[in-house]
Amino acid sequence: MTISINIYRYNPEKDKFPYMQSFEFEKPKRDIMVLELLNQLKEKDPTISYRRSCREGVCGSDGMNINGKNGLACITPLSSVIKKNKLDLRPLPGLPVVRDLVVDMTEFYAQYEKIKPFLQNDTPVDIGERLQSPEDRDKLDGLYECILCACCSTSCPSFWWNPDKFVGPAALLQAYRFIADSRDTKTAERLQSLSDPFSVYRCHGIMNCVSVCPKGLNPNEAIGEIKSMLLSNKKNQNIITSDKAG
Amino acid sequence: MNILNSSNITTLEFDVLVIGGGGSGMRTSLELAKSGLKTAVVSKVFPTRSHTVSAQGGITCAIASADPQDDWRWHMYDTVKGSDYIGDQDAIEYMCSEGPKAVFELEHMGLPFSRTENGRIYQRPFGGQSKDFGKGGQAARTCAAADRTGHALLHTLYQNNVKEGSNFLNEWFAVDLVLNQLKEVTGVIAFSIESGEVAYLKSQATVLATGGAGRIYSSTTNALINTGDGLGMSLRAGIPAQDMEMWQFHPTGIYGAGSLVTEGCRGEGGYLINKDGERFMERYAPNAKDLAGRDVVARSMVLEILEGRGCGDEKDHVFLKLDHLGADVLNAKLPGICELSRTFAAVDPVYEPIPVVPTCHYMMGGTPTNIHGQAFKMSSSNDEYIPGLFSVGEAACVSVHGANRLGGNSLLDLVVFGRAAGIHINQAMKSGGGVADAGKDDIDKALHNLNILNESSSGYEVSTVKKELQEVMQNYFGVFRRGDYMEKGVAALNGIREKIENLHLIDKSAAFNTNRVEAIELQNLFEVAEATAISSLQRTESRGAHAREDYPDRDDENWLCHSLYDPTTKSLGKRHVNFEPSQVEAFPPKVRTY
Repeated sequence: MTISINIYRYNPEKDKFPYMQSFEFEKPKRDIMVLELLNQLKEKDPTISYRRSCREGVCGSDGMNINGKNGLACITPLSSVIKKNKLDLRPLPGLPVVRDLVVDMTEFYAQYEKIKPFLQNDTPVDIGERLQSPEDRDKLDGLYECILCACCSTSCPSFWWNPDKFVGPAALLQAYRFIADSRDTKTAERLQSLSDPFSVYRCHGIMNCVSVCPKGLNPNEAIGEIKSMLLSNKKNQNIITSDKAG
Repeated sequence: MNILNSSNITTLEFDVLVIGGGGSGMRTSLELAKSGLKTAVVSKVFPTRSHTVSAQGGITCAIASADPQDDWRWHMYDTVKGSDYIGDQDAIEYMCSEGPKAVFELEHMGLPFSRTENGRIYQRPFGGQSKDFGKGGQAARTCAAADRTGHALLHTLYQNNVKEGSNFLNEWFAVDLVLNQLKEVTGVIAFSIESGEVAYLKSQATVLATGGAGRIYSSTTNALINTGDGLGMSLRAGIPAQDMEMWQFHPTGIYGAGSLVTEGCRGEGGYLINKDGERFMERYAPNAKDLAGRDVVARSMVLEILEGRGCGDEKDHVFLKLDHLGADVLNAKLPGICELSRTFAAVDPVYEPIPVVPTCHYMMGGTPTNIHGQAFKMSSSNDEYIPGLFSVGEAACVSVHGANRLGGNSLLDLVVFGRAAGIHINQAMKSGGGVADAGKDDIDKALHNLNILNESSSGYEVSTVKKELQEVMQNYFGVFRRGDYMEKGVAALNGIREKIENLHLIDKSAAFNTNRVEAIELQNLFEVAEATAISSLQRTESRGAHAREDYPDRDDENWLCHSLYDPTTKSLGKRHVNFEPSQVEAFPPKVRTY
């Protein structure tokens, strides 16, 4: 039996418009991952372009839109996504397409850099490591594991609409990763930089980020934490202001 | 397509080029970020996609957390013994003694290490670790961030490079080294994968941090990008490679998929069983059992399979048993392994054992360097440097791993020697170091290979030749080796050489042309494979990972040395092993048992 694979094709040198190319593919006897399927197709047509590296779901290279849902090709079994013997592969939505399944991730990375994704702590350590209790370390679980595949941010309508101003779920998850780190001392500054109407407040809890994350992370929850911290900050400020006024 | 030459390509000028954005490259660039030197990291993938991300179990280092009495000298002893005595003891001493500083730096940068009850970095037992120079039993010396240490380390390094404003040329692919008439390295030819633009990246110091080349084998834990690009370039330029016969086969690659299952599983109490449910490592390594050196465990597994005690219908793998550790331990300490094994083996380790098989994992060999990362050339007696060329990490052979690397020593190697190379280059450049300019002809020469590929109108298909190459390496240069088989393998490679020089680049377009990238990667793989094959055939002894059926014993009289492969004559020379550490007495060779 054959299955039909439709791949989004676009080569800026040749194609005025992108198009879907159909490949008839012998249905494999064992279940294979979508990446393996792509690799086999590439043997037949070496002009198909996509990114891939670790092929085990930890490097985040091969995020793509698989039958309508963002995911990592290397850990998505064909059997879990194929419908009526048909599979559509498209680039991640919302970012400019460089070629075929490859998108330009500049804006995604720029948002990541914007949240200052590094530990900030100006207190020098004399000797050894900074101590952290296992309980405090546990707070980083579900945050630090992000692989920057962009599946979440490119499934988010708020990010599609304002990719330059809304930080997006991936980078907000990382913003919270540093806020939650007991070793980081810049929580106030981090929150301040997110307090404008766009950076975090453009999240309307649509939850696409949660449903697509290939690592099972929950950016929505992290965004909720940031929002409530911003809110209580605001309250505190109001109290301070009203005290002063009084 | 126009023929590329020195006058129609762009020249971009730097003080330092770091080729490769994995752990070693980014530790080098981080060291240089504050130097004021104009540095660029050239990476064929966005840095966090580099293979360091797949490292799981941890970074081995005597930080004395699990054991307050722990001593870097014990770590050094283990590493020397693990190397089967051809690791350079000055380099091993440097790595083990500087290690704590480098690990604490990572923690200060934010690496989310797992923690002990008293808030220190969590350490777990790994293979080949001992207390008190092998006399005090198993040590727990591998610092871990759950079983995602490589991911945590790579992201932390990238984050700190962002912090310091390092300059990245992401998705740029380095094609060939440029050498001037004095045979100094003056930079590389590279192209932007996204746009196809070709440029001469000119530099006073070029650091190869291009990682391993596990993709020379058909079964490997390595990422698809591990194609030995730095070594490919240097071998094509006539620069030697050291100890290329030494390839580590990791005992526990997932059967069928090749994905790595960390040694930390056995560190946490897991063990291997054969089809009878027997914990067979008790027979092969009565003391260390499942935590013997990786070479020892891998060979024991293959022997079990060869003697008919393998598992499954084909009896071609064994099982790694973890279920007795309980769901809590597995979820807390080995969450990534549970995920991988559910995805790639359809097995939940909480209930069932994982099918595993020895799988190509790590290249102990590489470009020979000193502890500052300076690369050596072929020379008859004394070591001579190649001006302008450096190498760090898996691409280099410094050599701290000798004939067999200990688990957790690779991540330490990356950060210690990445840092050391950065420090050295900064000092050298500020005291007037540098290289002469390359001439037009030199640049044209480095463009030659790319031009041939771009002009090809017929020839061999990349994917077909790659499979052929990988099968030859898998069949003739695996866990156990034999002279007559290897001769067949070398002959087969001679046949493949012609195909490698006549590849057909079907896709000639400029934008994100992965066909072009894969063609050059295949040429790099071939250079590494050939060096491996010839070195393996000519080292007529068994040592560490290099196990020969026809020469089953270690031969210290003739082979207590590095092998040095000369690509210009395709012959094997020898280079002395360093037995002169500065702070301790050298550890003399002993019979190696676990």
